[in-house]
Amino acid sequence: MPILETRALNKWFGGLHVTGGVDFVLEPGEMHCLIGPNGAGKSTLFRLILGEHFPTSGEILYENHDITRAKSYERIRRGISVKFQVPGIFKALSVAQNLQIALQHHVVPTALKQEVERLLNFLNLRAAAKQLAGNLSHGQKQWLEIGMAIALKPKLLLLDEPTAGMTPDETFATGEMLQTLNRAGVTVLAVEHDMAFVRQIAQRVTVLHLGKVFAQGTIDEIVANERVAAIYLGESHA
Amino acid sequence: MSALSHLVSIVTLLEGPQTLGRGRRFWSGVILILVAAFAYPLFADGYDVGNNVYFFNWIFMALGLCLIWGYGGSLSFGQTAFFGIAGYAYGVLTINLGDAYGLTLFALIAAGLISAVCAAILGYFLFFGRISGVFLGIVTLSVTLVMERFISQTAGPEWHIGTARLNGFNGMGGMPSLTVPWPGGPIVLLPDVGLYYVTLVLLVFVYLGLRVLVNSRFGNVIVAIRENPERAEMLGYDVRKYQLGTFVIGSSLAGLSGVLYTSWGNYITPASMGMTAASLPIVWVAVGGRSDLTTTLLGTFLVLLVFQALTIYGSQYALVAMGTLLVVTVLLAPNGIVAGVVSLVSKRRVRKRAKSEQVL
Repeated sequence: MPILETRALNKWFGGLHVTGGVDFVLEPGEMHCLIGPNGAGKSTLFRLILGEHFPTSGEILYENHDITRAKSYERIRRGISVKFQVPGIFKALSVAQNLQIALQHHVVPTALKQEVERLLNFLNLRAAAKQLAGNLSHGQKQWLEIGMAIALKPKLLLLDEPTAGMTPDETFATGEMLQTLNRAGVTVLAVEHDMAFVRQIAQRVTVLHLGKVFAQGTIDEIVANERVAAIYLGESHA
Repeated sequence: MSALSHLVSIVTLLEGPQTLGRGRRFWSGVILILVAAFAYPLFADGYDVGNNVYFFNWIFMALGLCLIWGYGGSLSFGQTAFFGIAGYAYGVLTINLGDAYGLTLFALIAAGLISAVCAAILGYFLFFGRISGVFLGIVTLSVTLVMERFISQTAGPEWHIGTARLNGFNGMGGMPSLTVPWPGGPIVLLPDVGLYYVTLVLLVFVYLGLRVLVNSRFGNVIVAIRENPERAEMLGYDVRKYQLGTFVIGSSLAGLSGVLYTSWGNYITPASMGMTAASLPIVWVAVGGRSDLTTTLLGTFLVLLVFQALTIYGSQYALVAMGTLLVVTVLLAPNGIVAGVVSLVSKRRVRKRAKSEQVL
């Protein structure tokens, strides 16, 4: 049974057809990357999965439950978690508080402190626990948000350009962090532009183009696909 | 969990990341201020004591606005609507029911509940309709102005509820003060020492209760919503419910202010819901420091004190001075003057400690 499935998913914004009948299947335990040129509809697909937008038509199934019209917080409570492209953290609160707020929903008060410590260690943010989250470096902010996302103990982790603005070392460390999570059973779906990072983490890649699934396969199959090269670089390269 | 451990966990929430002031030094200061406040009526005359009750009455509304705006991030410009609703409700209830058998205390609770229900209805449409930012301020301001206009045109004799005439813009008067039934005869809480102590104790309970609330899990979430509502929702919180809960609690405190004010002066007018009245709580809370309960409490008390002095000596210029104070605060100390002073003192202390450590 797929963990996530979209069936003939369509989204119109006025006269603009942004998502054009996307059929997409994500198996449990996968590390899957979603790529595509700008305007391909990646972010919209993410927002449809998260419930920030509702589709014009089509269905979204999560663990075989129809969540097409479910509110965002209901989807999160079912086990979906997200990391946004621009770090969505609570800047005026301390790093530890950020994690505490993410954890307190499902962790008993007596275990809260211990869980915060565990996450701080996992994220390499132990020394910054008392700092305001807004004062962290960009890479640390990204990690903190990943920490908040995994604090929910998700079954499915959605990542929108998780390494945007990171140094190569931070990007590699993030990849290792995600692989550790995946080994622990978390399914990962990431929108990413950095092909080195995609190669590091993805077991399967889906290419979106003009709101439709254009190609699917392993990273090597996608790189070798001339039609994919064409949509990235122009028709003359096909 | 036993009752004792429950109590201990509540007491520990009196301090936390969402409130300024912690440790022995802070609480010793609080106790000193309380001792001074409790001893004050022994050295002052009844008029001055009654006057201080007037200041205390408004602080409940300021603390409520601090919760909604400072902690929750939703600027409500119309807290005076709930002040007025509760004040008028207290008047109508007590004029009809009288002051025997503790019915004024029943009216206090009922009027507070009426303002809470009104806040819940308005808040439902606001927050479940995803209205936020400046639009929230506009809608809440409109509500209080509509209330003011409506009550202002109720001067005719046909506008009455039971025996209580609404009296239009002349205001409703003649309601009894809060009266406590007592074996030796009822105690009428006139603006004097008795009412002073009752209001002071109530204020202490509300202040401590709000400290516990904002440092609790609920408080964590409302602060998270202020900082980033989208992320809060993506952590599984139904943001709308938390915003509504915060709005109802804060507005009930405005209602409590309304009841205490009406009982204190035996009088309420539609002007208490007008533009000027609606603006003043914003000034008190902004000047004190909206993101903390203690700075709001102190700021409101000080601004009211100054405002009254200005009203006595400069009448019409008092409001101009209030407006200027708000502008100066926004420009020079956007987090509030009291909060600014607190942060300055703590920074100096840290610097001093760092210097002395260097010397060692």
